[in-house]
Amino acid sequence: MVALSENVAVAARPEVARRPPSPVGDRIFRGAAFASALLVLLVLAGILASIAYGGWPAFQAFGPHFLVSSAWNVGREEYGALVAIIGTLVSALLALVIGVPISLGIAIYLTQLCPGWARRPVAMTIELLAAVPSIIYGMWGLFIFAPLFARFVQIPVSNLVEGLPIVGTLFYAQVPSGVGVLTAGIILAIMIVPFVASITRDMLDQIPTVLRESAYGIGCTTWEVVRHVLIPQASVSIIGAIMLGLGRALGETMAVTFVIGNANRLSASIFDPGSTIASRIANEFNEADGLQLNSLMALGCILFVVTFIVLIIARLLVRRAKVA
Amino acid sequence: MNASPAAVQGTAPARPAPQEWGRVRASRRSADKILIVSCTVATALGAVVLGSILLMLIIEGVRGFTPALFTQVTPGPGSEGGGIANAILGSLVMTALGIVVATPIGVLAGTYLAEYGRTSKLADLIRFLNDILLSAPSILIGLFVYTLMVRPMGGYSGWAGGVALAIIATPVIVRTTEDMLRLVPGTLREAGAALGAPMSIVIRSVTWRAAQSGIVTGVLLALARIAGETAPLLFTALNNNSWFSPNLMGGVANLPVMIYQFALSPYENWRQLAWAGALLITVTILGLSIVARLVLSGPKGR
Repeated sequence: MVALSENVAVAARPEVARRPPSPVGDRIFRGAAFASALLVLLVLAGILASIAYGGWPAFQAFGPHFLVSSAWNVGREEYGALVAIIGTLVSALLALVIGVPISLGIAIYLTQLCPGWARRPVAMTIELLAAVPSIIYGMWGLFIFAPLFARFVQIPVSNLVEGLPIVGTLFYAQVPSGVGVLTAGIILAIMIVPFVASITRDMLDQIPTVLRESAYGIGCTTWEVVRHVLIPQASVSIIGAIMLGLGRALGETMAVTFVIGNANRLSASIFDPGSTIASRIANEFNEADGLQLNSLMALGCILFVVTFIVLIIARLLVRRAKVA
Repeated sequence: MNASPAAVQGTAPARPAPQEWGRVRASRRSADKILIVSCTVATALGAVVLGSILLMLIIEGVRGFTPALFTQVTPGPGSEGGGIANAILGSLVMTALGIVVATPIGVLAGTYLAEYGRTSKLADLIRFLNDILLSAPSILIGLFVYTLMVRPMGGYSGWAGGVALAIIATPVIVRTTEDMLRLVPGTLREAGAALGAPMSIVIRSVTWRAAQSGIVTGVLLALARIAGETAPLLFTALNNNSWFSPNLMGGVANLPVMIYQFALSPYENWRQLAWAGALLITVTILGLSIVARLVLSGPKGR
């Protein structure tokens, strides 16, 4: 009886199986996904091509001399990139010198020292620092930080080093207003800390706990574990994280525009105002025309090349560590 | 290594056994103390900066929160009163435009990287370049869109602003979509394929559904990222002191550029509006980020 009812059940069904869905929709979807992914490539190529195209007249007019000339004279149509390049490099390097130790400290605190209940709120606080828009950092730097910095650092230090060789030029503020290359470096340092700290923290978290425990087991203190176990293990990716921070610091625009003072002269003192590539472009772009516009684009081109080299190295280092 | 950071965070740090400090050399003891103190100070410093930024915005900005702020347009130089309604509206429209353009592209590209291009060299290259685009200076994207759209169209426009924001948002969405899709177990896909569904249907109705909350979070993060972007808008949408026009041609008022111009102006009234706008935009962005991160870390971890 069972067999009979099964036969009936099968016979009652008009079709045995559904028609297979047509492959056309499948192909269209795959094509759309592929095209979207290719768009990423196209955008990058487009950025490079468009900025190079815009900067070309300036490179033609000034040649390689553009890179080493410190002229920036709108009236005489003479433009050079040196002041902005130096300002960019110096402020970014200062940001690293100040920011990297703080980032490592935060990463070590979060992975080794922080009590369990506080880990998420503290990590969230640091991550929120990355979410604050650049322009807000600029306002904070100009209205809150700069006056304090002028009063408690620039003026006392300038009085102290006045007339001394080397330090007397390096740390002497002609106009102690609180804005300058060092101020920009400090603000940049605060801005890159969350990025460097979070990557470093992830890398430290990936180190097998066994390594840590065995070090503690033979009587190491926390400092020795960090110094001889964790840092050597994660060193490659930490360097990658630092490079990533450098990439961000080089291209940061609004915050720097607020606090660097936007001077077109070269000064030997890090307390004096300067300018970076990004701040120069942000300041002059909307009023620029002709060769000045082309020179700004050429500056953008230099920034593109430098940041992309830095970011490529950074990504290679961070990725190699992730695979290992 | 497909463990999500949240899962990794869940592991308690290995704490040293209680040391018999009496048997430890003084130099080692002090090195340890210095490390602990300096790491704690570094972390406290971060918290202090964030607190000080928020405090500054609240002290300076709350005074400006009047009904006029949300109903009136930005005033002319040196005049009294006015609000930032046009800048809020312009920001909303351009950010929405950016997200609407970036979301489908970003989700599809992320899907390609996670589902179709797991092993191909081209996908590796795209993944790498997307990571680079993720941290590229936004000012360069502004210059790109200026050359691409503002120049040929003969003037600043909201469209160009929206496109610039879309270019910044896309890599964020690509990255999070790919990461989230990779967390979906392969057995789900196999189950779908075993029912005879073609790959595209498996992705749409199984994989995407499984990774839904993660993908939405990526979009939220992208939104938080572009809401405060100033540099690209400076070269694309610029600013405007009049009501927003629906055709988006000509300069369009927006919060970030308004804040930039007003904060550095000599007029007290403008500066007050800039502070109010800054408070508004920061609270919005931090709120978005907190929501996104809570969703992302989910119920896992502590």
